[in-house]
Amino acid sequence: MRISGKGMVDRSKPVTFRFDGVPYGGFAGDTVASALLANGVTLMGRSFKYHRPRGVLSAGSEEPNALITVGTGAQQEPNVRATQVEIHDGLSARSQNAWPTLDFDVMAVNDLAAPFLGAGFYYKTFMWPRRFWESIYEPVIRKAAGLGALSGQSNGDTYEKAFGFCDLLVIGAGPAGLMAALTAAQGGADVILADEDSLMGGRLNADSAGVAEQAGSDWAASIVAQLAAMENVRLMPRTTVTGVYDGGTFGALERVNQHHGARSGGAALECFWRITARRSVLAAGAIERPVAFRNNDRPGIMTAGAVRAYVNRWGVAPGKRVAVFCNNDDAHQTARDLEAVGLHVVAVIDSRADAVVEDFDGQVFAGAQVCNAGGRKALESITLRTAGGREETLQVDCLAMSGGWNPTVNLTCHLNGRPAWREDIHAFVPTEGAVPGMAAAGACAGVFSTAGCLADGVKAGKAALQALGRKPVDVDLPAAEDAPYRIAPLWAVAGGGRAWLDFQNDVTVKDVSQAAVENFKSVEHMKRYTTQGMATDQGKNSNVAALAVLADATGRGIPETGTTTFRPPYVPVAIAALGAGSQGHGFAPERWTTSHFRSVEMGAPMIEAGLWYRPSYFPRAGEQTWRESCDREVGYVRNSVGVCDVSTLGKIDIQGPDAAKLLDFVYTNMFSTLKVGRVRYGLMLREDGHVMDDGTCARLGAQHYLMTTTTAAAGAVMRHLEFVTQCLRPDWQVTFTSVTEQWAQFAIAGPQARVLVNEVLDVPIDGESWPFMACGAVTLGGIGGRLFRISFSGEHAYELAVPARFGAALFDELAKRSQALGGGPYGMEALNVLRIEKGFITHAEIEGRTTAFDVGMGRMISAKKDCIGKTMAARPGLVDVNRPQMVGLKPVDAQAKLTAGAHLFDAGVETIRENYQGHVSSVGYSPDLGRMIGLGFVRRGPERMGEVIHLVDRMRGVETEVEICGTVFLDPEGERVRG
Amino acid sequence: MVELIAKSACEGLLPLSIGSVTAEEPEYAVMTSLSAFADPSALDAALSKAHGLELPLPGQSTSKGGLRCLWFGRDSVMLIGVAPDPALVEHGAVVDQSDAWARVTLSGAGAVDVLARLVPVDLRAAVFRLGQTARTQLGHMQASITRTAPDGFEIMVFRSMAGSLVHDLKRAMAAVSMRG
Repeated sequence: MRISGKGMVDRSKPVTFRFDGVPYGGFAGDTVASALLANGVTLMGRSFKYHRPRGVLSAGSEEPNALITVGTGAQQEPNVRATQVEIHDGLSARSQNAWPTLDFDVMAVNDLAAPFLGAGFYYKTFMWPRRFWESIYEPVIRKAAGLGALSGQSNGDTYEKAFGFCDLLVIGAGPAGLMAALTAAQGGADVILADEDSLMGGRLNADSAGVAEQAGSDWAASIVAQLAAMENVRLMPRTTVTGVYDGGTFGALERVNQHHGARSGGAALECFWRITARRSVLAAGAIERPVAFRNNDRPGIMTAGAVRAYVNRWGVAPGKRVAVFCNNDDAHQTARDLEAVGLHVVAVIDSRADAVVEDFDGQVFAGAQVCNAGGRKALESITLRTAGGREETLQVDCLAMSGGWNPTVNLTCHLNGRPAWREDIHAFVPTEGAVPGMAAAGACAGVFSTAGCLADGVKAGKAALQALGRKPVDVDLPAAEDAPYRIAPLWAVAGGGRAWLDFQNDVTVKDVSQAAVENFKSVEHMKRYTTQGMATDQGKNSNVAALAVLADATGRGIPETGTTTFRPPYVPVAIAALGAGSQGHGFAPERWTTSHFRSVEMGAPMIEAGLWYRPSYFPRAGEQTWRESCDREVGYVRNSVGVCDVSTLGKIDIQGPDAAKLLDFVYTNMFSTLKVGRVRYGLMLREDGHVMDDGTCARLGAQHYLMTTTTAAAGAVMRHLEFVTQCLRPDWQVTFTSVTEQWAQFAIAGPQARVLVNEVLDVPIDGESWPFMACGAVTLGGIGGRLFRISFSGEHAYELAVPARFGAALFDELAKRSQALGGGPYGMEALNVLRIEKGFITHAEIEGRTTAFDVGMGRMISAKKDCIGKTMAARPGLVDVNRPQMVGLKPVDAQAKLTAGAHLFDAGVETIRENYQGHVSSVGYSPDLGRMIGLGFVRRGPERMGEVIHLVDRMRGVETEVEICGTVFLDPEGERVRG
Repeated sequence: MVELIAKSACEGLLPLSIGSVTAEEPEYAVMTSLSAFADPSALDAALSKAHGLELPLPGQSTSKGGLRCLWFGRDSVMLIGVAPDPALVEHGAVVDQSDAWARVTLSGAGAVDVLARLVPVDLRAAVFRLGQTARTQLGHMQASITRTAPDGFEIMVFRSMAGSLVHDLKRAMAAVSMRG
């Protein structure tokens, strides 16, 4: 029911939305909760375990009951708080955890079984038979429990992530936060003011108290307007600061577009911010705590502050006959506010015997307690027990309860700080210095009057200015109420039945007491045993009351009992927001070579090599399988000429007087003796003696080398060189620069390689000027390039490099001209076959566990000098002849299939782990040999040439006999490469 | 003789304007990485003599006319806009990087907001002033970012990542423009 003339909703803007399929009306500025209450709907959800009917308890992000699912299909978002969802036309919301309907929920039978479902019942009940847990118990429990669900579909909605920076981050825009922000901003600081509400002002919008002789909400609006006009202030409404991290960084979740449902054209629903602030002020306010009494979870029972919020901010009457139950003076204001708008306040029940309710003419029960509530789907009555012990029943449809206020200390605990107990307000407050650079101000620091909050905000703002090295400014303090906060503790009303503490996880006073009885006396144990505080609301309403009950049950005080640990995030954060931007092409950068577009145009399927994309093969019309393309491309290289983009290999330019020393140190073999204009193959070890990488290294000048690495290890080798030059030999005068991206480089391989090279070079070369392993500068159409006569195929081959801006053009030239010579471009599949035929290794062989000895290169570790990994590589275990060592493998049956990753066993021996003889590392079909061939590692392999061994690939169901052979299948004398 | 036509890193991808922000690829410029073998003062002197520019301090850049020199990492600077004087090779490594980096200028009132979606460093005008430069991340890419105007930045990432750079910028530009 709306109260005429009351509230801050925009009555000129009616909004229609649906809840459980039923259309309801509301106004702009309403939340789902306020609009449903205005429509007389109090039943909004079912509880987690017992499926009890529940209504809204609060008016903020702490809401434990009114959790709903918003949206449908892929876009549905479960477990959002009806108290935060702003209504808009087209909004479709649903209740959760109820079947078939919210009104008639079959699972409510759980409530009847409550005596058996108390704390720890899983652990006691589902112990045996043991194998039932995974197959029966857990699936059944999971099905029965839980709240809303995701759709299981891929959601195309946009989320974003962003970084923010400021001098001062103010968290919360109530009276303290507004004044802190205003003070700091007037002093010239860069301020971010974040508040999780759509409307800044905090309790000023929910309470009737005035500020500076105007309505509190009007004053708040004027300050917000003042801040909005300042260039050094960024206002972030709808933004919840979710976590505090090291170095003054904060996580914050901004609801960007959910409130008007815009989803198209890149509009982000939410933005996850990482804010870095030099100082911060926590002005997060306080959360009102319920009182535990029998059936205190009936729909219609709310916190007293929430009732005031619905009346004052949204102009909604939460009931027609309202009672107030409290242990403090603050809640009396609820009775006054209700009376002021003409609602019937049946009674104020104050647990304190000396309570006096000022400015209130209605019935007051001082020293009385509410001990039961009647009505199932809606509150119908309450039973109170007077100071004299007499029980009396009142007919009410709404109860405003207050057990006092808990300062919202959560963020001050994210870096392991512990809050301190304050006996005068019976609440925890932040410990100073718990978060470096953060000051708590206002209600979250235990200051509960409006005037106190305003003053505390100014104080915090000034302190921040001083800490930032800025001059403090004078800010006028507006006049406001300064009522003292009077409270006497009341956590739970004595009596039978179930009295709820944690509404969201269905934890009662009995459960906590039972935990204590079973010796789960530590608050952390009690939490895990009862699940109190473990729901998505993290026990915002219930933690303090639960530990007070535990303290009582264990005969300790509250400070001795302590609190559980508050952890980020303060409110649930969608994984979609945390992972924003990482879907699809945003997952990782894609590195494209200069020949990428042409390769794709030629129909080449691209495969990933690290972040690079390389062509697998270039299909021709009529080819049915990739093998046909691959065989053809292998033929280019063996018979005419093939062209392959090898730009992805790492290229590191190394210069300086000590360049040769560095290379001698990082490579196993000697590079100081390499002649200028020559290239040498090099092997690099890790400190532990295993092979790190291999590649060629060219000497371009006396103090100038060009190292190449494999595609995969380019980054790792750069990092290794940084380590060596910064940590091991900082005295050496040597620099290195990655030039991988500067040069587009193409392998040109095959008997016709030189013909093709000479077609594009300005000055032709011959065998004498460019023998095998020669390198040097060349020109192509006047453009400076580099030519290396090196081969990864065993054929007469070159690698030709040009500045990358000419890469695409050169690839086109080479592709076209090689085709004219009866060849063409080849991809990774052919490249792999070509190198296996020659026994050349890749990271399939040097996969991090193999040594130079294993790959047959033990003698490449020069005896004449030291190098990284040399000593460790000499350890007996690393040169043991029983180690699997690299060999060639060919199937006995020429038609048989080999698979990489298969394991090798002696013939006739059981194929179990203990009998392992080795494995297959690489395989390919050799068109020259007309069969599959492979490389692999076999114990004592080099001694076992000609032996037949058993190959088993259980994964792919392959078993065959293979013969151990040499690693070089083709041209063992290496005549072609020098041809 | 072959005739090779140059193709820039962002050809076909830029320019791009969304809302108040424009991403463009600047004209080709010679870029050279300079790293002193030992004491950088000799390189500094040679650079001043040859090109009238000082070696920039970390996080800074120096400029003269159309020439610029950006700090580019530990013991490394990038000379932009001129072929390096041969005298420089006496004092350090002189390595051509003209083709190694995709360069993009981002300009417009929302440019800083676009980068705030991608770059984890503080680019507020009062903190990251004209001429200041940072080696940092842009999305998942390592990048060089320099403020070249009150509302303008120059971004460099590996040339091969030009497509990903434009992809990420485009999405961030759309997000900023949708904020209105």
